[in-house]
Amino acid sequence: MIQFLLNDTPISYEMERPDLTVLDYLRECRYLRGTKEGCASGDCGACTAVLVEQGEQGLEYRNFNSCITFLGSLHGKQLITVEHLKSHDRLHPVQQAMVDQHGSQCGFCTPGFVMSLFSFYKTAQAGRITSHEENIKEYLSGNLCRCTGYFPIVRAAEQSLSHHEPDQFDQSSKSVSGILAKINDQPGSEPAQFHVPTSARELAKLKNDYPKARLLAGGTDLALEVTQQHRDLDEIIYLGRVQELCALDRAETRIQIGSAVTLDRLDIELGDDFPELRTLLKRFGSRQIRNVGTVGGNIANASPIADITPVLIAMNATCVLESIKGQREILLEDYFLGYKKTELKGNEFIRCVNVPVPDKNTHLKICKVSKRVDDDISAVCLVALISVVDGVATHIRMAFGGMAAIPKRATRCEMALLDQPLETRVVEQAKAALDQDFQPISDVRASAGYRIDVAKNLLDRIFLELSENPPVTRIDQL
Amino acid sequence: MNLPPFPQDRISVSRGMAHDSAVGHVSGEAPYVDDYLPRTRQSYACVGMSPVAHGTLVELGLDEVRNAEGVLDVITADDIPGEPDIGPVFAGDPLFAADTVQYLGQPLFAVAADSMRQARKAALKAKVQIKESPAILDLDASIQEKVHVRPTHTMTRGDADAVLDASLNRIQGFMRVGGQEHFYLEGQVSLTVPGENGSMDVHCSTQNPSEIQKMVAQVLGLSMNRVNVIVRRMGGGFGGKETQAAAWACIAAIFSTRTGRAVLCRLSRHDDMVMTGKRHNFRNDYDVGFDADGRIQAICYQLAGQCGYSPDLSDAIVDRAMFHCDNAYYLPNARIDGIRCRTHTVSNTAFRGFGGPQGMIAMETVIDEIAYHCGKDPLEIRKLNFYDTEERSVTPYYQKIEYFNIPKIIDELEKECDYQNRRKAIREFNQDSSVIKKGLSLTPVKFGISFTTSFLNQTGALVHLYTDGSIHLNHGGTEMGQGLMIKVAQIVSEIFAVDSDKVVISPTRTDKVPNTPPTAASAGTDMNGMAARYAALTIRERLTRFLSERHEVSEQRILFTPYGVRAGDSLLTLAEVAKEAWLNRISLSATGFYRTPKIHYDRTTASGRPFYYFANGAAASEVAIDTLTGEYRLLRTDIIHDVGDSINPAIDIGQVEGGFIQGLGWLTSEELKWDSTGRLLSDGPATYKIPAVGDIPPEFHVRLLRKHPNEEETVYRSKAVGEPPLMLAISAWCAIRDAIGSIRDHQVFPRLNAPATPEEILKTIIQVKG
Repeated sequence: MIQFLLNDTPISYEMERPDLTVLDYLRECRYLRGTKEGCASGDCGACTAVLVEQGEQGLEYRNFNSCITFLGSLHGKQLITVEHLKSHDRLHPVQQAMVDQHGSQCGFCTPGFVMSLFSFYKTAQAGRITSHEENIKEYLSGNLCRCTGYFPIVRAAEQSLSHHEPDQFDQSSKSVSGILAKINDQPGSEPAQFHVPTSARELAKLKNDYPKARLLAGGTDLALEVTQQHRDLDEIIYLGRVQELCALDRAETRIQIGSAVTLDRLDIELGDDFPELRTLLKRFGSRQIRNVGTVGGNIANASPIADITPVLIAMNATCVLESIKGQREILLEDYFLGYKKTELKGNEFIRCVNVPVPDKNTHLKICKVSKRVDDDISAVCLVALISVVDGVATHIRMAFGGMAAIPKRATRCEMALLDQPLETRVVEQAKAALDQDFQPISDVRASAGYRIDVAKNLLDRIFLELSENPPVTRIDQL
Repeated sequence: MNLPPFPQDRISVSRGMAHDSAVGHVSGEAPYVDDYLPRTRQSYACVGMSPVAHGTLVELGLDEVRNAEGVLDVITADDIPGEPDIGPVFAGDPLFAADTVQYLGQPLFAVAADSMRQARKAALKAKVQIKESPAILDLDASIQEKVHVRPTHTMTRGDADAVLDASLNRIQGFMRVGGQEHFYLEGQVSLTVPGENGSMDVHCSTQNPSEIQKMVAQVLGLSMNRVNVIVRRMGGGFGGKETQAAAWACIAAIFSTRTGRAVLCRLSRHDDMVMTGKRHNFRNDYDVGFDADGRIQAICYQLAGQCGYSPDLSDAIVDRAMFHCDNAYYLPNARIDGIRCRTHTVSNTAFRGFGGPQGMIAMETVIDEIAYHCGKDPLEIRKLNFYDTEERSVTPYYQKIEYFNIPKIIDELEKECDYQNRRKAIREFNQDSSVIKKGLSLTPVKFGISFTTSFLNQTGALVHLYTDGSIHLNHGGTEMGQGLMIKVAQIVSEIFAVDSDKVVISPTRTDKVPNTPPTAASAGTDMNGMAARYAALTIRERLTRFLSERHEVSEQRILFTPYGVRAGDSLLTLAEVAKEAWLNRISLSATGFYRTPKIHYDRTTASGRPFYYFANGAAASEVAIDTLTGEYRLLRTDIIHDVGDSINPAIDIGQVEGGFIQGLGWLTSEELKWDSTGRLLSDGPATYKIPAVGDIPPEFHVRLLRKHPNEEETVYRSKAVGEPPLMLAISAWCAIRDAIGSIRDHQVFPRLNAPATPEEILKTIIQVKG
């Protein structure tokens, strides 16, 4: 049995299958059909709804893709759908702004946009957003519209933010907090086949008892097996409430990131110190994906085109694997054995990654190249951690996504550069070394030739940027 | 009927009112077909498809499908009660492949089950055996093998070959332009509800209700009067629901007939992308001769469109590419061959612009290349080659350009966007910037309005006035987001001088207004607006006559005003008038019918006047490219677009903005890819990238051309707006080329194809660097 608030209705629900998505629940079980299915893969945002959780400074409103979220992960949260935004027949300010600015044409994507705007409105209202202009596009990055060209929707966002008025959710926030606290304080009676451990020890035991159970964090990849391949997931262990996995701890020499830390939180916690990581994270999936997708998930699914793993490999991170028998810590670069093959044993889970804090004089360079700016998978992602002393690379680690069957270090390329003066001849040798490091494939995103050409050119970019009078090298700097 | 002139003081028309469903959209209360609450024992259909591109069906093993959980019924080609082919114009589109399989994704069977999930899981259990045959999978192979779905059509004016041979300058080249997935946010969906005596209600997301009606009737072996198609709204169409909606309606209808149940057939996004047709990709070859200034003297085009496995609408689509490969430029001698290539891929279909954009982009490429050859700014070459309305006014299909406002639009835009100063600034920027290069381009759009298949230019409307003064409106057009319903409601409310919210908009239904064309060719408002106006005027005339007699005043003294109906010195509400008229047995219901005047086209001589008029516009776009990766950003776009006297400027601006970005996607990030077996690789939004919010230019200025009523007598002198703005995006594509060209100071013509993905851009950079 799971318990959550559906709009303002407390729900206790006995799930028949653990892989029921929130969207199917809304549309098929509750006949709430304002929330639309556009793709069932988390790419279009038509199904966007808002999840409300208790934060340190009040309720936090996050937009998410209901099509790839399993219902069980709602336990102890409030789910707000488009049907709930009107108050006494009066449109919510974000809805009214969409009407005033002609923000809908065919209207099918509109409820999803409205919900993203709503989460933005509430987040801005809580003072958690500084620059509206920058953030509007970021908040809407996971919503596709085929009719309007987005202009009126951006104008609607601006209108709704121009004068903040309290809404009905401010009035009900106290009672919502109370209800959520009550659910969360109760010892949960777990729904069948959907396990919700709250500690690492509990998780280790469950994974031992149910070695075939699928570990669920954000679910943005796992859910596709259900919605795209029409498979059943019979046993799920949800990681989102395991305290140790949700922790992020910063010490002087290392940063420990729990595997269930979301990408959005990573941005909040580390973005100020690592601006290029922030730039990458702003283009990582969409706002909806970053709100639920996790660091551990990005590692665990072992995708060769994951964007966080090259960052962590370049930063020489380790990962801690845990089972009922204990923990072991390995270099993250050793975690990946082959295409979608990893070190993780059947009874193990990823507890956290440990990232050494780089020296002050090192540069973290990140270049993501994809067909589209927002919410697109990299054709090539290069991450390099470099120290340069007197024009010589005294330390360098470089990792690529999209260039091999796994996220992989460019070891020969590193060797060509290490302890060498950063001059054209050396860079050319490093570029040639990439041919030995990688034999990329051609696929839907890019050809092998493009990948290798771009990888080499990105070396040029990095070393131009490290030169004394760098030209403008990034299009977004204009 | 003697039509009154369009009044100057207007109540409703020309106001920028919100979309009639805006509140329903934002609150989630506006239902789409999949949102209707399920009927008792409703069942759900899923379609099983061919796993290979070409071959002979050996065995269709469906036992496991039949025995799967929740399955109610399974059908194949053998189970079609009536006509098995649903080709819209020409035969060639079997509902299910019977013997020969012609593309990977072709429907082989369908399964109905108690839930959508059960149906989809069951469909996966089919054991299909196909003896594979060699397949032609790409356009070049088809051109080479000369396999066509329809004969080549040629337009000829003057003696292009002779003039080319004598030309001072001559360039031969070609460019490729990719196809485009519609990616309407609401996928294909139909719900069929069986009625009595074998009749069928079909709720369908389609632009073409009358054709769905005909297809469902034919497939079921029924007369058309037993099938009623109902369309309230689509979640986007863009041409993709003109012919491509039929199969799913027919499949659901067959199941409904067999089971007596309501059946919903909704394609998953993956199935939709694999099984339905897309915009045609083209290879456009050109051979152009021009004088020392860059003025075109002769041109030969070969426009080859990839049609896929069947004709569908490809004849008209390739024709429209041919009609637009002049764009806004006079071609004194021209030969244009339009080739309809057959491949073992899904049958390509209508998509906003209907071939026009693919032809137009060829012309703009030619202009750019002439400019490189002459060492001039392409804008100069454009101006030099424009039509005029005198000597240089006859198109390659012999339609005379009677009115031509593009020079005026270009002139205004050039000034407003500060073209010349920015051109200079960009040159300076590029000199100092080694990695990032900027480019600028200003391109026009001239787009012909009317279906080139002349008989389609007819439609009807039905208006009722009730005794409480409320008005009910119905017409043959469908709402796909373009705002057709509110525009027509504005037109009708104008006649009765009431607010448009007094007019109830009702779903398009084939039992109310019959024998309608698809809502397409941008002509929805032109045609349905006019038909509805006729219907409303008919009622108003009857009321006027009645009031004149009753109040003993002349008809001139009967006035419909926002304050009420004035009859001499009396002021009555519309409700009072309606009630009085009813008591006196005056009919308060009328139909309206409209057919577009003046148009004709003789395909045997490739000449005539296929277009009632032209819609025009121009855009200036500035881009930046990264010469290391080929990444690009659109920095600024300025647009002036001509919609005549706008019926609803807010809706029209929305069409311009949205069309531009959709065109931008077509020409930049939207790349369709197949593997060597004919399997679509870009089969979902994770791999097929339509523009997202981050792709829109940070600086964007769009306005409508002012004080330029349509010279032709269209409804309120407005102009069609649906398709033309898509082609404004060619400016961005040409600007990318300009940026690439700057690498070698415009000495080498960049052979850029579309879509200009980062990979395509980097490839072209490498070509230019040599």
